[in-house]
Amino acid sequence: MNAILAVARRDLLMVMRRKSEVLTALFFFVIVTSLFPLGIGPEPTLLRKIAPGVLWVAALLATMLGLQRMFAADHADGTLEQMAISPTPLVMLVVGKIGAHWLVSGLPLVLVAPVLGIQFDLDGSALGVLVVALLLGTPLLSLIGSIGAALTLGVRGGGVLLSLLVLPLFIPALIFGAGAVEAHISGLGAGGHLSLLAAMLALAVFFAPWATTAALRIALE
Amino acid sequence: MSNRLINWFRFASPHNFYPLAGRMIPVFWTLSALFGIAGLWMGFFVAPTDAQQGEGYRIIFVHVPTSWLSMFIYMVMATWSGIGLSLNARLSSMMAQALAPTGALMAFLSLWTGAFWGKPMWGTWWVWDARLTSELILFFLYLGFMALQASIDDPRRADKAGAIVALVGAVNVPIIYFSVKWWNTLHQGSSINLAKSSMAVTMLWGMLLMALCFWMYSIAMALTRVRTIILERETHTDWVKELPEVKT
Repeated sequence: MNAILAVARRDLLMVMRRKSEVLTALFFFVIVTSLFPLGIGPEPTLLRKIAPGVLWVAALLATMLGLQRMFAADHADGTLEQMAISPTPLVMLVVGKIGAHWLVSGLPLVLVAPVLGIQFDLDGSALGVLVVALLLGTPLLSLIGSIGAALTLGVRGGGVLLSLLVLPLFIPALIFGAGAVEAHISGLGAGGHLSLLAAMLALAVFFAPWATTAALRIALE
Repeated sequence: MSNRLINWFRFASPHNFYPLAGRMIPVFWTLSALFGIAGLWMGFFVAPTDAQQGEGYRIIFVHVPTSWLSMFIYMVMATWSGIGLSLNARLSSMMAQALAPTGALMAFLSLWTGAFWGKPMWGTWWVWDARLTSELILFFLYLGFMALQASIDDPRRADKAGAIVALVGAVNVPIIYFSVKWWNTLHQGSSINLAKSSMAVTMLWGMLLMALCFWMYSIAMALTRVRTIILERETHTDWVKELPEVKT
């Protein structure tokens, strides 16, 4: 547990020393979502209908931006190898890194999403559901994304390849995340969607760090 | 008694598998051709015209087998990948690599023939139906697997990285299928009922024969491809240099 926290703190510290990376992803999220009303038109009913999907797709893409950096710098300067041979299991360190990635690129999206939701004319309770769905969904994106990030480590054309590998795997999160808000707006209740999202998160918390560790070991061979 | 048992692990070595695959390929091509002729004959001449769908339904003799195989090949590919990863068997990873293009082709054909079938039957090339969408995502998974393998230069690393993608994908395929299914039914309700009521026996037979034809074709193709991969990766070995087809 100490190791997880230590790695997470280290990663957060490194990010804080270079804040532009966090802010880039955040502003990307804000700008992309703001583009949709401009492209589609300012009609409130239409905007309310597309809001969950737009916000979620933008969140997926914003998460993708930071994914490549999750292991790249540590791989380049050899830190990752030191981590792999340290007495602490690599899985623990990977969990720490994923946690740090989520705090840096997932949590800000969750916090800024209600503001963007207001732009799309969502009411208060729908905003609440949106925040809960993103709170459950963005860690899932970081977890699944970490597998792709580890696999494409040091690979030619890694960035494009990463999106090709990871985006199809994001689809369930997108469906239930956006679906929760839509179900709430249409009066069906978001409980089912949120439960499924939470179930997938539990599954991913268990399996994804393990797969990521396997992928990292392959990359380090 | 024991010396009559085949030692299957013998064929885990590319050196022993290469000639065996060479002997098996013509067998599977022949089987594929026979099943294909029988299946097409059943499909075009024996199977009756469908009461609701007319002659257009006959595309299912290609569509259904390709859909089945696209899913089945992914499973086989993931299995070979798993064996390759856990037992560190080179040939298993090569098999997985050899299967991927055929699987992608099947997924593509399934989508394509599905669109051809959908246009006259549903009046549209594409609907966001659960099956169609998950088939499309399966196609993306094949592409991701192949792209990852192609972009890693070291073949052993490519094998292992590809194996992880295949296994993660195999875990995700059911999740994706059900999520797409629920997504679709929550939105608009199932407007299309794919279940055919009381399918004629000859139609079923035609479909099964065509499925066998495509199955045998896939095996023949995978074996041909794995032979090429073996030659590529083992060029430095003596036994490859001694092969008559390499010498000339």
